[in-house]
Amino acid sequence: MSDASSTSEDDIPDHLVAHFTSRIGHNSADLIEGETGSWEIVIGMEVHAQVISESKLFSGASTEFGGAPNSHVSLVDAAMPGMLPVLNIAAVRQAVRTGLGLEAQINLRSVFDRKNYFYPDLPQGYQISQFSDPIVGEGRVTVDLADGESFEVGIVRIHLEQDAGKSIHDRHPTRTYIDLNRSGVALMEIVSKPDIRSGEEAAAYLAKLRSILRYLGTCDGNMQEGSMRADVNVSVRRPGEDLGTRCEIKNVNSLRSVREAVDYEARRQIEILEEGGEIDQETRLFDADRGETRSMRSKEEAHDYRYFPDPDLLPVEIDQAFVDEIKASLPELPDAKAQRFAADFGLNAYDAGVLVAERETSEFYEAVVDPDGAKRDPKIAANWLTGDFFRRLNADDLEIADSPVSAAQLGGLLDLIADGTISGKIAKDVFDEMFDTGKDAGDIVEAKGLKQISDSGEISAIVDQIIADNPDQADEYRGGNAKVAGWFTGQVMKATQGKANPQLVNELLKRKLGG
Amino acid sequence: MALDTDTVRRIARLARIHVDDGELAPLADELNNILGWIEQLDEVDTEGVAPMTSVVEMVQRLRADEVNDGDLQEDVLANAPDPADGFFTVPKVVE
Amino acid sequence: MSALTDLTIAQAGDGLDKGEFTARELTDAYLSAMADAQALNAYTAETPDRACAMADASDARRAKGAAAGPLDGIPLAIKDLFCTEGVLSTAGSHILDGFEPRYESTVTQNLWDAGAVMLGKVNMDEFAMGSANITSHYGPTINPWKAKSGDAAGKDLVPGGSSGGSAAAVAARIAAGATGTDTGGSIRQPGAFCGIVGMKPTYGRCSRWGVIAFASSLDQAGPLARTVEDSALMLQAMAGYDPKDSTSIDQPMPDFAAALTGDIRGLRVGVPAEYRMDGTPPEIEALWQQGIDWLRDAGAAIVDISLPHTKYALPAYYIVAPAEASSNLARYDGVRYGLRVEGEDLTDTYERTRAAGFGAEVQRRIMIGTYVLSAGYYDAYYLKAQRVRTRIADDFRNAWDSCDVILTPTTPSAAFAIGEKMDDPIAMYLNDIFTVPASMAGLPAISVPAGLSGDGLPLGLHLIAPAFGEETLFRTAGVLEDAAAFDARP
Ligand SMILES: [Mg+2]
Ligand SMILES: [Zn+2]
Repeated sequence: MSDASSTSEDDIPDHLVAHFTSRIGHNSADLIEGETGSWEIVIGMEVHAQVISESKLFSGASTEFGGAPNSHVSLVDAAMPGMLPVLNIAAVRQAVRTGLGLEAQINLRSVFDRKNYFYPDLPQGYQISQFSDPIVGEGRVTVDLADGESFEVGIVRIHLEQDAGKSIHDRHPTRTYIDLNRSGVALMEIVSKPDIRSGEEAAAYLAKLRSILRYLGTCDGNMQEGSMRADVNVSVRRPGEDLGTRCEIKNVNSLRSVREAVDYEARRQIEILEEGGEIDQETRLFDADRGETRSMRSKEEAHDYRYFPDPDLLPVEIDQAFVDEIKASLPELPDAKAQRFAADFGLNAYDAGVLVAERETSEFYEAVVDPDGAKRDPKIAANWLTGDFFRRLNADDLEIADSPVSAAQLGGLLDLIADGTISGKIAKDVFDEMFDTGKDAGDIVEAKGLKQISDSGEISAIVDQIIADNPDQADEYRGGNAKVAGWFTGQVMKATQGKANPQLVNELLKRKLGG
Repeated sequence: MALDTDTVRRIARLARIHVDDGELAPLADELNNILGWIEQLDEVDTEGVAPMTSVVEMVQRLRADEVNDGDLQEDVLANAPDPADGFFTVPKVVE
Repeated sequence: MSALTDLTIAQAGDGLDKGEFTARELTDAYLSAMADAQALNAYTAETPDRACAMADASDARRAKGAAAGPLDGIPLAIKDLFCTEGVLSTAGSHILDGFEPRYESTVTQNLWDAGAVMLGKVNMDEFAMGSANITSHYGPTINPWKAKSGDAAGKDLVPGGSSGGSAAAVAARIAAGATGTDTGGSIRQPGAFCGIVGMKPTYGRCSRWGVIAFASSLDQAGPLARTVEDSALMLQAMAGYDPKDSTSIDQPMPDFAAALTGDIRGLRVGVPAEYRMDGTPPEIEALWQQGIDWLRDAGAAIVDISLPHTKYALPAYYIVAPAEASSNLARYDGVRYGLRVEGEDLTDTYERTRAAGFGAEVQRRIMIGTYVLSAGYYDAYYLKAQRVRTRIADDFRNAWDSCDVILTPTTPSAAFAIGEKMDDPIAMYLNDIFTVPASMAGLPAISVPAGLSGDGLPLGLHLIAPAFGEETLFRTAGVLEDAAAFDARP
């Protein structure tokens, strides 16, 4: 489960997880050099993703985040005596959709089981989950790394299950407080094969998974609110040898933490092994403040979850038509979109990858490049988006959906550059003002008189004046010191408050000084 | 498959029922008596027989995704032994 | 005119319709009978104020010509397993001390919607685990019948269980009818012990929403009443599709009382060889033969059938039911409602609460259930039992090729004295040997009082029908009832 911070064992027993690693020919850069030779890190992840739905998996209470304690709670969620679960079709649909997005096997028959254990934020005394017959079977994710390399992570399965409530330990010196608002919210647990080899890869896998789920609209990917969290299984081994004993790091909730937790844990394990010790199979917590993992001491006792089919629910049977209908509604996913961007817009793999990582970004980009068929230069658009636009979003801590500059407005700015109305340099200032005020580029340029001077007569007069005022420098230039040309350009731009068309300025200087 | 007292202790722990040490042995006897009687099931040939999943032949119904429940904080907490500030409370859990 | 409390539901409804008495008068009669019968310990919570208000409302409806149907104004007792809004609902357990739900079970709500009057909650075996109503936190209920001879003469007898309070209340005329629940025989067996009709419908007919769960795949609500017709009238109101219960069945609801035609000519009645068990008392065998003769005389064809896995139903039940119960009862942890015994820490609190809150039989079953689901034992016990269950259901499926309804005894004995079989769980479990197979297959079944034991205690005959065969069941039960003409009273 891992959903309540209570559990100290894996959801999926070993015999149900493909325990070989499907990945061969790893990158040797992934090996870690220890005192006694090199080590390979082997990582498998269980990602809990909150399903986007209005109501909970088995009750009609709201899934809304926050709210007064125990307010988004039905009698079912509080496990009052005699209450019964009724399955939400949206959760089934979202799980199937996610499975299709991960190119996975969809199981037309699946079963909900009870996973039995006691914890105060688990009101039923069991979590309704899927054990031997999950709704989604094997699939795969292609993960891209910053160096342009990519690798594949196999998906073992996706199952639906209930989230637990929340235990709050810091409100009272001797009591733990329980809020059941999240109790019963639908989660997808996405279980990977042990195909991941480093902290960086683990973070990249999580990022890619998040991207795909957000494209699919099945999980909002909000890691701060806990909509996505990962249980990371880490072990180390000598290259080519059998898998080592693994430790499960529970509920890691940011990309950075995933990277740090894996790196720390791998080093810890290597140290133990190199000193001749053994790894205890255990559950560990990642302390983000200290950047280290530590054993969950209170969870020492062995668990025995006593899974059995939930007798309050019947097996879930869906038909192929249901699956096909969902399939037909799938959006273009990031990999396909990146390929299309590269092919149609001539972007390199890196830029394409950056632009498609978020569905909103890719759609914004497309709206800038190709509004109603009036094509703008895709590379310039990509540079603006990944450059100034992202810079301002980051600086102002905004999501693209909340950008004060719309795609049409950014397009308008690019048009002014393209037709020579403003220079690229002025455009940066105009953009900042657009971002601050939400005004159109044209209006700002107009109001501030920022139009580029492209009248050669007007510039010619200024150039003449500056040459006349600076005879020494003019001589220097004529004497062969080409560096002075830049100084002259600067003077002209200064005189025109940067509005002179720089190309024109250079042409005129060359002609008049070169004489 | 006779239960020993260690197993009874483990089962009681799993079930979160306190059993005094002195009660373990008699409880083991009692449970073994019942389990011994149950084991006559071994006589039944169940080779190739599917376990029953539901006594009624019907397909799982699915609920429309509508928020039509919740906002019952008072009802939810009405019978709680020791509620505080809208929460249930328990003795402090150490992680 | 006989006492109002002697009237059947059908007769009382008739009298109300004709204006011979009011619902309030009927209710008052029951409330005063209840006051006189405290010694039976049938009720765990009496709701006289609510009863009077509901009766007055019923009278007002009738005065406007807007009576809701045959149950309007009929005073009923509700098994304490049903959650009733604002009324103590404990499942007979200490662990639900003081629990007053803020909700009403679907079945009881259906009854109130039909105009029925709530007299109170009645006693039961703790969490419906028992066949004698001796495991209740509120003490045993006493069977209103007394043995005239034999070992049990002069002793207080058990009413059967787990719906013992329901059966005793109806037999003692301190309720016109009562709700019960049946997991392995908990309606039919106490019905037989108390000389009344106990009926368990097809699994899924009655919603389980708001009924405190014992074993989810087996629990089914049903009526306890003095006649077959009354049972049909009650079931009519109790049953129905409920979207809040995923195992509730969306099937057409026939007019159950209309099925009581008295005509079973040509009906094929199966008599299963495997129900002739060693050690069954001759008087039980004799009553069974009497039942066969009655039905044959009424024009039915008697067919010898075989249900080969009959003897395995009970041991399989004692895996499946405790397994489900061990999980269903995990919610009683002292956190959100009911008893809490604070311990040294959270785990200790759980363990102390559950040790103090659950009685011995409930603890025993939780332990068995936990064990049979635990790692390494699941396949050998739980999965095995569910496979055996498939075989039991297949036995019945095959039987329906050659018969329409099955006749068996309800119990292997008459009611016994309180205190007997208490130290021998298996002897206690064997009470349900004839009723459990139908439970395991989810089939409707009914017990009809059919005669007296040598010691003067009531004995029942048991009919089982195919799924959704309630009409056949009631029709046959009606014929059996007429033939038996059981008019003995406690
Ligand atoms: Mg996990
Ligand atoms: Zn999980």
